[in-house]
Amino acid sequence: MQEAFIAVRDLACRRGDRVLFRGLSLTMNAGEALRVAGSNGIGKSSLLRIVAGLAPAFDGNIETRGAIGLVDERPALDPHLPLGKALGFWQRIDGAADNELGRLGLAGLLDVPVRYLSTGQKKRAALARLIGQKARIWLLDEPLNGLDGHAMELTEALAAEHCGAGGIALVASHQAFQLPGMGTLALADYAA
Amino acid sequence: MTGRFGTLLRRDLARLLVGGRGGGAVLPVLFFLSVAMLYPFAVGPDAQLLARTGGGVIWVAALLAAILPLDRLVEPDIEQGMFDQWALRGISEEMVIAVRMLAHWLSFGPPLMLATLPASALLGLDAESLRIVEIGLLAGTPGLAALGVTVAALTSGLRGGAALSGLLVIPMAVPLLIFGAGSLSVAGESGLALTAAASLVLLAIAPFAGGAAVRAARG
Repeated sequence: MQEAFIAVRDLACRRGDRVLFRGLSLTMNAGEALRVAGSNGIGKSSLLRIVAGLAPAFDGNIETRGAIGLVDERPALDPHLPLGKALGFWQRIDGAADNELGRLGLAGLLDVPVRYLSTGQKKRAALARLIGQKARIWLLDEPLNGLDGHAMELTEALAAEHCGAGGIALVASHQAFQLPGMGTLALADYAA
Repeated sequence: MTGRFGTLLRRDLARLLVGGRGGGAVLPVLFFLSVAMLYPFAVGPDAQLLARTGGGVIWVAALLAAILPLDRLVEPDIEQGMFDQWALRGISEEMVIAVRMLAHWLSFGPPLMLATLPASALLGLDAESLRIVEIGLLAGTPGLAALGVTVAALTSGLRGGAALSGLLVIPMAVPLLIFGAGSLSVAGESGLALTAAASLVLLAIAPFAGGAAVRAARG
């Protein structure tokens, strides 16, 4: 399997007329984890979307190796479908995979339509989708929002296992994310 | 790749043909049939007049029925982040839009062609007119589907996008309507050929225009 790798050089990000940050460089190798910290609106989500290739960089360049998985505030699960079927769609796209449903506490919710799930349950369902994707690079945008204490620990444990298996985790979060050996990038240092 | 194509098509058909919230293919068909039923009430029971104008009414009803599902064609998937997840997996917007065009057509084209049988009876069309209307719909509805998906992608994320997409589709569907309904009176087979030609142009452009629109909406 290909080694996961992210290299960002001299990145600048613009939203509308405003340059959010500039001169940002970072390198991540297999097994590394990094938390992007900063207050609301400073550009954490934009940074993740640029790394994912979903938004254009205003300046600078990005190089990534390995498949990219993204979890943000939208679960990307059909709201009117039962959770099992909504996840089943992604299982067929990604090739059948183990979603760790039991560990995520979703095994009993498979018949419940996604729109009836709570915020935390949707977040856990999105994590299940991410695990099934088997991507080497995890981009997590505020993964702890709406989760209870137990689910927070579980998310951190899953990210730790992912990095232990040679994956990369880039986490945008305004709250602490406990992960052994995790670096922190204060986005405010690069604010334009 | 064929596996992903099939998976996407199955999901689209489950949403558009079978139902979900919007009622699937049932709503456009009922709308179409109610127009065909109301028209004789409005113009009176003159059999000759009905037979002469009925084909055109069927075409107008089909065009308007095709507009009904536009608001749930593209926008929900952008809102829920589905397009982002597909892009991360290397599934291009163009492919998703092409699959959606096929699913949209399957969910209103063939059902409307079936509903044209009772509608033509209500309007007193003769067998020859019915044949031309059916062939015309077969040639024209794929173009309507392509146009509908493109416009739905263009207007997704705009306020009042649903109403706007209806207004945008109508003028752009005029060529299809002129050639399709026109083949009933003067144009004959060449009218049908022009309907098919207009459809093919729309089918060829739509995946690229729609895909570009989805990427632009991502911002």
